[in-house]
Amino acid sequence: MGLAASFWIMAVVVVIAALGVIFLRNVFRAALSLILCFITVAGLYITLSADFLAAVQILVYVGAISVLIILAIMMTRDVQQGSPANRMKIPAFLVAVILLGIMIYTVTKTSWQIASESPLTPTTVPLAQNLFGENGFILPVEIAAMLLLAAILGAIVIAREK
Amino acid sequence: MDIGLEHYLILSAVLFCIGLYGALTKRNAVIILMCIELMLNAVNISLVAFSSYIVPLLLTGQVFAIFVMVVAAAEVAVGLAIILAIYRGLTDIDASNINLMKW
Repeated sequence: MGLAASFWIMAVVVVIAALGVIFLRNVFRAALSLILCFITVAGLYITLSADFLAAVQILVYVGAISVLIILAIMMTRDVQQGSPANRMKIPAFLVAVILLGIMIYTVTKTSWQIASESPLTPTTVPLAQNLFGENGFILPVEIAAMLLLAAILGAIVIAREK
Repeated sequence: MDIGLEHYLILSAVLFCIGLYGALTKRNAVIILMCIELMLNAVNISLVAFSSYIVPLLLTGQVFAIFVMVVAAAEVAVGLAIILAIYRGLTDIDASNINLMKW
């Protein structure tokens, strides 16, 4: 009962915050709305008993990515007031609504094989065993490290003054 | 009413479509990046929901969500660097005016 109530509250908040990202005219307020959306998604992870991912979501998205986005907004704020839409408003709306309809149809028509066990908690130790243990995901972890290094170097090179 | 897998998947679909609409219509490049982050978050919600409802003892969906977060962080760093570089050259971040590579 409490889980259902928290899910519905967070679902409403996350959808309103996502709509705020699109429809708020002030770009800075849109970024704040995006941060609210990130925090609420972390709450949704907790209702799915993914405690480690909720912490990572707060650290990475709320802590790092939103700071980067706000920094970029501050550095480019004087060029463009508001976030006007381009000419593709109606076709894009149609595409989004049709895609949403197809996805809801397929999700509700599929008979999912729900497992009977209750999910693992806490998830930190099993996640670490999955990532670093035997027959785990150690190669993708190394590739992710390379990707992050390449992204850091690329960002420095691209953003550097000539 | 009990909360099932479908609720999370439909919520994720709604978030994804909101992000898709924003990414297709917005002209400010920073807002487009923000909408892409929204779409990645929607995908993460559905991955975690699959993980906790279908394979609750394996956690593979959560591992995938971690990799999606890594890619999202890399993407936003490079994307914002590109936006700042474009801003320095053109003093404009309107995505419909940036057509240097259009032929």
